[in-house]
Amino acid sequence: MYKNPVYKEKSPRKKITFNSAQFIGLPYYVVLISLILIPVILIVFYAVTERVNDLFITFSLTYFRQFLNEPAFIKTMFDSIKLAVYTTIVALLVGYPTAYLITKTKKKTQNLLILVLTAPMWVNMLLRTLAWKQIFEMFNASLLGTDFAIITGMVYVFLPFMVLPIYTVLSKIDPKLYEAADDLGASKLETFLKVTLPLSITGILSGVTMVLLPAATTLVIPKYLGKNRYLIGNLIENRFLQFGDWGYGSAIAIILSALIMVMVYLTRKLDRNPEAKE
Amino acid sequence: MNKIQKPLARTFMGIMVLFIYAPIVSLVVFSFNENKSLTNWGGFSLQWYTKLFDSTDIMTAVIMTLLIAILATLISTVIGTFAAITLSKSKKVIKDMVLTVNNIPIVNPEIVTAVGLLLLFVSFQVDRGYTTMLLAHIAFCTPYVIITVYPKVRSLDPNLAEAANDLGATPLQALRMVILPEIKVAVIAAAAIAFTMSFDDFVISYFTAGSATNISIYLYTLRRGVEPTINALSTIIILVIGLLVTYNYFKSSEEEKKEID
Repeated sequence: MYKNPVYKEKSPRKKITFNSAQFIGLPYYVVLISLILIPVILIVFYAVTERVNDLFITFSLTYFRQFLNEPAFIKTMFDSIKLAVYTTIVALLVGYPTAYLITKTKKKTQNLLILVLTAPMWVNMLLRTLAWKQIFEMFNASLLGTDFAIITGMVYVFLPFMVLPIYTVLSKIDPKLYEAADDLGASKLETFLKVTLPLSITGILSGVTMVLLPAATTLVIPKYLGKNRYLIGNLIENRFLQFGDWGYGSAIAIILSALIMVMVYLTRKLDRNPEAKE
Repeated sequence: MNKIQKPLARTFMGIMVLFIYAPIVSLVVFSFNENKSLTNWGGFSLQWYTKLFDSTDIMTAVIMTLLIAILATLISTVIGTFAAITLSKSKKVIKDMVLTVNNIPIVNPEIVTAVGLLLLFVSFQVDRGYTTMLLAHIAFCTPYVIITVYPKVRSLDPNLAEAANDLGATPLQALRMVILPEIKVAVIAAAAIAFTMSFDDFVISYFTAGSATNISIYLYTLRRGVEPTINALSTIIILVIGLLVTYNYFKSSEEEKKEID
């Protein structure tokens, strides 16, 4: 009887493929669980427990209560968020026209302009912030420590995060849409308000999230440009590294994460509206 | 654009370029300053460059930053690429769960990731130093490798691996000769992202390094205030990045030309 020897040899091999595919992913699962999942669980654990003595720990919300009862800390939190919101608004007001004007040039110029605008992003953020400190000292040292200096520094450092997503969305808009709007008698302003803006809302929102988040938690910029001003990131740094106060520091980190998630959620929510209208 | 708009647009872009490059130029210019001031020009000198290379503190920080970035990039790229291949073959439930956990360090503010890793090392009584810093870098680089490589692996034709198998390739051969060449661009992009993230990282390193330093920690914990040696270091970094960016730009525009031809 004729047998196909090749076929017979094949089947065990397929099994090996399957097993080895599972096996090569193993180191990642170790990283995922031990270095990503467990740390998050630890933050929650430290925030909601309190050490009674060397042997016992109990559930407690003392740290959260402590934070909410301390007006100075609440003020720091809102100060950080306020500065982050101002930064985001300025970055949007500057970044949107920049991205828009780039899309109006030739394709080759577009690539070059994007490169020119984003290249400094690869330079260490601390060095770029120090550069601004130097500029302020050169022209008007009294500005250091003010909201203006901090916002300028943050806009400078995070601007590419606003320009890039907006540019990506704008450059994908079909030029025929503009022609159509023009043919239908829309003025330039009308075209912008009714065609360009609604179509770029996704880019705007992703830019807003990408600027808001790091701006609200930065340690470096308030230290250099705010003359050691104390924002929420510095508060967490202080609790952990100066006082070794794990529980309190974790509680602040959780409150901060929660606030940021709410802001991100609200931003995403905005994305729904224009789509629903269409 | 009409006659009024064009000069307006040009002026705006000009101001933007000035805003972006003025600080960089001032960093570079004052690295060549004769005196110690960062605001008054006293003449040309290269003394800060000699001082930079003589400073053991800064040189240690630079070398450790590079070493950690190279190791973290290698490890996270390999782990992440393999995991992306595994993931593409996993059940949907597992996939969704894994990708959700994977996104935690991407969505969370850096400082929260930093705090979590610090607590991990403290809870298990691991002494903080270069090893913990490297582990932390692997922890935040790998998720970015996954989100860069996984979409590419998912878009691969599943018949490709099957075909290799049917033609008698061992799984390792199939991986090396069929799958890796297909996803090469994504893997290189992922490695580049991992390297820059590790090289520039401050917050997570600061929380997990103990008394170890990298460039960012060195700058942040500088007690005496900034000296022009830092400007000299910046100038070198800017020069290297500038060259890389320019090289990439010309290479990619050449490739574009080829495609058009």
